[in-house]
Amino acid sequence: MSSGKIIGAILVAGAFAGGMYFGSIQNSTPVITSSTGGASYEGGYDKSADADALQGVNKGAAAERTVVGQVHVVNDGETIMDAVIAAKPGDTIQVMPGTYHETVYVDKDDIRIIGVIKEGKRPTLDGEGILNDAFLYSGNNFVIENFVITKYKGNGIMGQAGNNFEIRNNIIVDTGVYGIFPQLGKNGIVEFNIISGIEDAAIYVGMSDNIHVSHNEVFASVAGIEIENSRHAIVENNNVYNNTGGILAFITPGLPIKTTFDVIIRNNFILNNNHKNFGAPGSTVGGIPAGTGILIMAADDVVVENNIISGNKTAGILITDHGNAPNVTIDPESDPSPDGVKLLNNLMYNNGYDTIDEVKALMLTEFKRGNPDIVRVGKSTDSCIINRHQYVSVGVNSWKECEFTNTDSIDTYLLDEPVPPRIIDPSERGKVVYNGVCAGCHTYTGRMIGPPIQIIQALYMDNPQGISDFIASPTKKREDYPEMPPQNYLDEETRLAVAKYLLTLTR
Amino acid sequence: MKVIKSLVIVFTIHVLLANNVVSAKQWQGENNNTLSKSEFTLAKHCPPSFELTPQGVCRLLTQYQFYTSVQNKGLGGTQTNLPPHRDGFTPAQIDLGRYLFFDPALSKDGSISCASCHQPDKGFSDNLDRSIGITGEKIARSAPTLWNVAFVDKFFWDARAKSLEEQALGPLYDPLEMGNTPEKLLATIRSTPTYVKLFAQAYPDMQEIGLEQIYTSLTAFQTSLISLNSRYDRYAHGYHQALTKDEIAGLNVFRSFVARCAECHQPPLFTNNEIAVIGSPEPEGRKLDIGAEKTYNAPKLKGAFKVPTLRNITQSGPYMHSGRYKDLREAVKFYNDGRGNSIPEGEEMLIHWHISEPNLTDDELDLIVTFLGTLTDESLTPRIPQQVPSGLPVIDEKYQERSKAARTQQKLNHNNENAITQSGE
Repeated sequence: MSSGKIIGAILVAGAFAGGMYFGSIQNSTPVITSSTGGASYEGGYDKSADADALQGVNKGAAAERTVVGQVHVVNDGETIMDAVIAAKPGDTIQVMPGTYHETVYVDKDDIRIIGVIKEGKRPTLDGEGILNDAFLYSGNNFVIENFVITKYKGNGIMGQAGNNFEIRNNIIVDTGVYGIFPQLGKNGIVEFNIISGIEDAAIYVGMSDNIHVSHNEVFASVAGIEIENSRHAIVENNNVYNNTGGILAFITPGLPIKTTFDVIIRNNFILNNNHKNFGAPGSTVGGIPAGTGILIMAADDVVVENNIISGNKTAGILITDHGNAPNVTIDPESDPSPDGVKLLNNLMYNNGYDTIDEVKALMLTEFKRGNPDIVRVGKSTDSCIINRHQYVSVGVNSWKECEFTNTDSIDTYLLDEPVPPRIIDPSERGKVVYNGVCAGCHTYTGRMIGPPIQIIQALYMDNPQGISDFIASPTKKREDYPEMPPQNYLDEETRLAVAKYLLTLTR
Repeated sequence: MKVIKSLVIVFTIHVLLANNVVSAKQWQGENNNTLSKSEFTLAKHCPPSFELTPQGVCRLLTQYQFYTSVQNKGLGGTQTNLPPHRDGFTPAQIDLGRYLFFDPALSKDGSISCASCHQPDKGFSDNLDRSIGITGEKIARSAPTLWNVAFVDKFFWDARAKSLEEQALGPLYDPLEMGNTPEKLLATIRSTPTYVKLFAQAYPDMQEIGLEQIYTSLTAFQTSLISLNSRYDRYAHGYHQALTKDEIAGLNVFRSFVARCAECHQPPLFTNNEIAVIGSPEPEGRKLDIGAEKTYNAPKLKGAFKVPTLRNITQSGPYMHSGRYKDLREAVKFYNDGRGNSIPEGEEMLIHWHISEPNLTDDELDLIVTFLGTLTDESLTPRIPQQVPSGLPVIDEKYQERSKAARTQQKLNHNNENAITQSGE
């Protein structure tokens, strides 16, 4: 299947909804805006309105440790997973060089897995083409560094709703669908990784907030770096080359989180992304025309600044709505248009030299010749551009001049302090667990499956510890009631909280 | 076979009962052995997992409220918050809803209740491929579970209703389901003295019973059906010994990006409340069900259906909108057989991008099924009333017989075929 055709085929059909006009003033004095001065973009993120954002001075994304946990050392021949099972929140796992064949899952908070590099040798996870994912984490404050990951069927490193993550210094080659895929997380860093040979995105940030992707080298994959259904993300200082598409900012329809906005793509090298599309049939990226430097689909308030975008044969920057991407489904709850796109200074050179027929046809509608750096199709409101005379472009004539020239005032969208864990008042925990678990079998006065609370209160009076001990390993006490199942899955603190709460009930 | 009972009979029963009012069990077994001739009364306490607030309404409490999640959507990892939910009904409204839910008086001829297709011991479904309505014929689609419906914001397989109140109109008034009309329903309830009394208790400010109060009560009851105490939940809350080695291995296949089950069936609800085109097949002889294409008038959504929750999934087979797969192993295998493996010839469907060709091994498929078993929690199953205010049998024997007959005969009805996208659930 010619993937280029998929987006391409409909570009012609999608006329420019946003007022293109013929005979634009080609020969008047160009508006030249210096990017060395001028106003700075303020961004769309109001930290003061974010309940998760606290004032602080943390430099990373994961919570700083005030208490040093245990260090677990994993040697070649052992398994990392055994160390994870043994580890408690706050612990660090050091993995020595060697080859490991396993899927490591981390459903705990505050775990750091650090590969130990000795004289250039790193610990390698090899999925041998059989295993699904290398690392799966769901805990908060997860840090992973210094691994080589290869030959997994699924992802190299996948995050599932963990907040405050740091993924750095990993080398991921020839591994499945995504190289690094934090999903549904808030406040995270992906930096200094080298990734290649991925059939979807080398780095895919999905449904996440407050993200920093920097200093990565991604190549020979279908998509280099993808920011999808995420907000407040900065992608900077990356080297992105020889992918099918370089850097993507998408809204993918049909997901529970419906927006992408406030994305800054700056200071990246985006070079020669002409790799044949080898994406899976039906995947969103399977429709990207080879030779796309930056692709903005339906995402809002995306700023593109100071990138070197060169040698991408279809276009340097391609901007489209959902309607012009025929293999993308629709979502009645997602806005399909890329609005508020801001194109600041970029070095664009030698793009669009072998573009698809549909782009050529589009250019004819504006009487443009040459090789396109910037192509926009579909509706887009409130978008702007500076120094448009520098580029061969189609679809941006009507865009206004941006009122700012740089993003210097925004260093990062990371939070000053990590997303805090919810502080739970013990009495609140006792109440919740009592109502959620105990009340299924006990009422205050009546007989249900277990005896009434009143009777339990009479028996234990001032002895919550007694209740806590009993529910951890109950014994049969009453002939006419079934034996209570152990509640030892509740930790000691929770059992005691429940017991105390139970003793305070009055009705 | 058509079963026709006239409303006259229903009313007669009502009149008989008016002079012979029986008591019902309350929520949690208080007075549960008193089948004396005392009055029906409504619960004063909230169902388990709910806390009675000073304002007199029930608020849900779950351990998942201890976690945060991106944009408060609550979808994804093991320790994430749940999405927004419905609660805030009074104990009386919830309990009244329970009576209504189990009362066949809500149907046209008093033959079936909501509980006929949403049976508590069958995962609030009915073990049928497609449910059987008042005509004795199969309707268009299978009955979905009602567990955790408080967290859902789209209803019916084709997502055509946005609230439980709106959803109630579907089964109540669909000619193939409960077959009633708003006028008849209202007349039935208003002419049942016990209901008049119970509605007055549940809605003290109300002048006269209206349809709105009926829908509200049904909603109140359904939003009390909470299942968040499975062994999986114990694992999620940090007790990792709650699952066996195989179950954890199954969880890891389930959430791996090879199988990608968890991309749509996201914990902790095991649904993302979205619609998706997966291309699951119709039973032989049935034409393609276009699903949400009709709801949204969107050809790209041809064959799209709601992503169902997997909570208590072992209890609610057969599976898919058409009940095409009798067990979970078959359903899981469907996904493993590759994208679009069941699209009828000549049809175009835009299959969801997460449906791939995972090439899982047989062992891995078994592990997924094993894991799904850990999502079972029926500890908060509400009490089935022994009597309902209409005096009609709570679980209708004839309905059961008809369901059984229909199961064995697999009878297809042409009228039913034509109604495929009009009816459902």
